Amino acid sequence: MNVSSTHAALLVAVMALVTMLLRFLPFLIFRGGRQTPAYISYLGNVLPQAIIGMLVVYCLKDTALTAAPYGLPELLAGLAVVGLQVWRRSSLVSILSGTALYMLLIRLF
Amino acid sequence: MGQDQRRPAGRSVVRQAFVTSIPVMAGYIVLGIGFGILLRDAGYGVLWAFAMSLLIYAGSMQYVGVSLLSGGASILTAALTTVMVNARHLFYSISMIGRYRDAGKYKPYLIFALTDETYSLLCDGAAPEGADPDLYRFLVSAFDQCYWVTGSVLGSVLGAALPFSTAGIEFSMTALFIASFTQQWLDSHDHTPAVVGLAGSLACLVLFGPENFLIPAMLVITLTLTVLRPRLRGKGAAE
Repeated sequence: MNVSSTHAALLVAVMALVTMLLRFLPFLIFRGGRQTPAYISYLGNVLPQAIIGMLVVYCLKDTALTAAPYGLPELLAGLAVVGLQVWRRSSLVSILSGTALYMLLIRLF
Repeated sequence: MGQDQRRPAGRSVVRQAFVTSIPVMAGYIVLGIGFGILLRDAGYGVLWAFAMSLLIYAGSMQYVGVSLLSGGASILTAALTTVMVNARHLFYSISMIGRYRDAGKYKPYLIFALTDETYSLLCDGAAPEGADPDLYRFLVSAFDQCYWVTGSVLGSVLGAALPFSTAGIEFSMTALFIASFTQQWLDSHDHTPAVVGLAGSLACLVLFGPENFLIPAMLVITLTLTVLRPRLRGKGAAE
């Protein structure tokens, strides 16, 4: 242990409090009044799809495209997830199959 | 329907919430194990793993937190790093304000437990027929945190002594987001928000690099959707 337990506990507390603050802040700001502002409702309507798109990119951001296997496992497993989701409409099936395929592919390539 | 009458109404909600949470289970347990191992190697045992996963409950932040702890970071550094790594949670909360507004006693925990993965399970607003949607969302959130805490504790206790290679299982989180993205695409008529999210993030990734693209991406997405509001309002996004 490189720092005292007290300091470590303080660090953990700060990380917990700041994370909580970020999650609660928008709710605290828009607490007043019963009606959510129209602009915020609009964002609540369109943001989820955009955010999930951002998270897909976020997860794949460190994929190396210029060296073998050139992101092929990510591409093929990702396409399998899309295909299965369109076909079966079951997230569980798509996720489990896609992950299994990915684990297989990174061992083959 | 006699069987249904004998069964307490709550049980089927629990079952449905559990089924919804299954896609997160493998990823959270394995990533939790990874966190527990890292933290133990840094000199912090099972109680620390348990406390961090219970109180912070933010995956990538906890991984960063391990290096903050082992590097003896200052309080200010820890606070600023947390803001940088977790700023995207502001984004999730903004989009859930309407949905969680009337969640009553479940509201504080629902907000506290809004991780990337839980967000992706709950952001489409779907809840099983006849169930209390707030209870259902509370249970999905709680199941997810149980997996994360369990994984962290397991990793701390078992260490690197796992009998099999789990390399690649972290793709289950990527697969979860790809599946959510596809399903939302199928469910919506106007794909503009999805395209804006994907294209805006990709553009920022190319411009700012993998370490710094997230905050510019959030700004670009919010601004673009704001500009497109007159066109998108009232149509498109699921209901």
